[in-house]
Parts: sequence; structure tokens; C-alpha cells
Amino acid sequence: MIEALGPHAGFILAAYAVSALIVLVVLGWILLDGVLLRRQMRDLEARGIRRRSARKAAAKASDVKAAS
Amino acid sequence: MAIIDLANPTRFMTLTDRLLPWLWGVTLLVLGCGLYLGLFVAPADYQQGETVKIMFIHVPAAWLAMFGYGMMAASALGTLIWRHPLADVAAKATAPVGAAFTLMALITGSLWGKPMWGTWWEWDARMTSVLILFLMYLGLIALWNAIEDPIKGGRVGAVLILVGSVNLPIIKFSVDWWNTLHQPASVFRMGGSTIDASMLYPLLICAIGATLLFLTLSLMAMRNEILRRRIRALRLVAAATPVGVSA
Repeated sequence: MIEALGPHAGFILAAYAVSALIVLVVLGWILLDGVLLRRQMRDLEARGIRRRSARKAAAKASDVKAAS
Repeated sequence: MAIIDLANPTRFMTLTDRLLPWLWGVTLLVLGCGLYLGLFVAPADYQQGETVKIMFIHVPAAWLAMFGYGMMAASALGTLIWRHPLADVAAKATAPVGAAFTLMALITGSLWGKPMWGTWWEWDARMTSVLILFLMYLGLIALWNAIEDPIKGGRVGAVLILVGSVNLPIIKFSVDWWNTLHQPASVFRMGGSTIDASMLYPLLICAIGATLLFLTLSLMAMRNEILRRRIRALRLVAAATPVGVSA
């Protein structure tokens, strides 16, 4: 396979390897950032700090539960 | 649902939550097909030999480096003119992805240039203007991180993006305006492409796959940015609420 790429195989393989590495680093950074942010959000919600829409949804759910 | 309804970050989060797995599937399929065709089916070039295979990643990366900045410029208009709630989020989220694709274009171009031109780098108009594009991406990321208030940072960033967008036509037409080492446009040009179909179609499929990858990564980064702003807003509310009272 490598011989089939000719005398410049090293340059071709390096180009593909570097590109894959750059994409993986960006993807890894985005995934890790997302995990950390969701954890922070859960911590805030566990302390009772919620967005207005989340509070309304929670209140509506408890009203429905009480009515039934 | 009208397109404008997506301006609501909550709707955007719901929609992208459903869309992203499908987008990942299509991206991997198209990019996989394109790379297979480019690496194993497309013939060697009569001048470049097998080194032409680097073009199947270099050309899409270079297109997307400019496409990303173009998206940011459109978002900057959305921030400054319409105060669109997601425009500023989109610009900020696109910058790291755009910077990554610009870096990819620079490195793969250099790896192609050494065996073909005999040099890793040349200060010609095309390469220098793409390097400036990369530095502008990094400058914008630094600017957004330096300003605490995301709304204020978004407006300052939007002005800078629009000023920097003058670099896009310079990159595109640099090969026509100046005598450069870089070859002129060979795909999108008056009179049609100069590339043989056996190489052109794998290149276009790779470009579609890379564009899908770019959009998928940008949407994921946008979701993170929305979450970051929600956390900041909740912390501000919590800090302003007396102890013992629910936020």
C-alpha cells in the first residue's frame, strides 16, 4: 500500500494523519466542553437554581400530580 | 415551523438534539465515500503523481476555511442588524472549527508544496492571505475570551469579523491579481473545471463530506455555547438572590 503511493508516500500519509488529528482534537474538545457544561448545569439545578422555563415545567408537573 | 422560529435557543437545542445523530451518519458516509474514491479509485496525476491525493483534503479544507469565515460574517450581520439571539452564538462557535480547517489547509498545503515546489512555504499572496485568515480566527477567539459579557463581546467581535471579511476576496482573487506560485482556480471558473472527471467527482464528494463535518462540529459547538450562556445567566441570578430564597 505505502509503495503504491510512490516516492512521496511520507508526505501523503502525513497530510492525512495531521488532518485526522486536527479533526479529532476539535471533536474531543467540543465533547469534553459539552460534558463539563452539562455537569455544571446539573450542579446548579441540584442547588435549586433553575431557568424560569424549567421552574414553570416543574410547577406544572407537580400541579398535574396533585390534581390526580 | 418557520425558519425564524429557530431563533429561539430552546427550539434550536431540541431540533439539533434530534438532527445531530443523523448528521453524523450522513457525514461519515459521504466523507468515507469521498476519501475511498480519492485514495483508491482516482488515478495519479500526470504531473503530480500520487501527491495529488493530498488535494482531496487540502482543497476542501481551504474552501471551508473561507466558508467558515463567510458564515461568521453573515452571523456578524445578524448580530449587529437584527440582534438575532443565535447569530452571536453561531459566530463564536464557528471560529474554532474554522481555525482548525484553516490550519489543516496550511499544513496539508505545506506537505504538498515540499515535494512539488521544493519548499515548505512561500510568502506569496494566496498563502500569506490564508495565514492572515488563520491569525484572524485566533484573534477573534482571544477577543471573545477576553471580554466577560458575551453580548458586549459579541458586538465587538461582529465589527471585527466584518472588517476582516475584506480578506475573503483577497484570498479568492489573489492568484489572479498577483503573480503567485499558487495555481489559479481550477474547479469553479469561467469555462468550466479543468480537472478530469475521474478526479473532480471524488474531490467534490470529499468537499460535501467535509462541509457536513464542518456544519456538524459547528452545531455541536453552538449547543455548548448556548449551555455556557445559560450557566452564566443562572450564576448571575443565583448571585443576586438572597441566601435561602430559591432562584
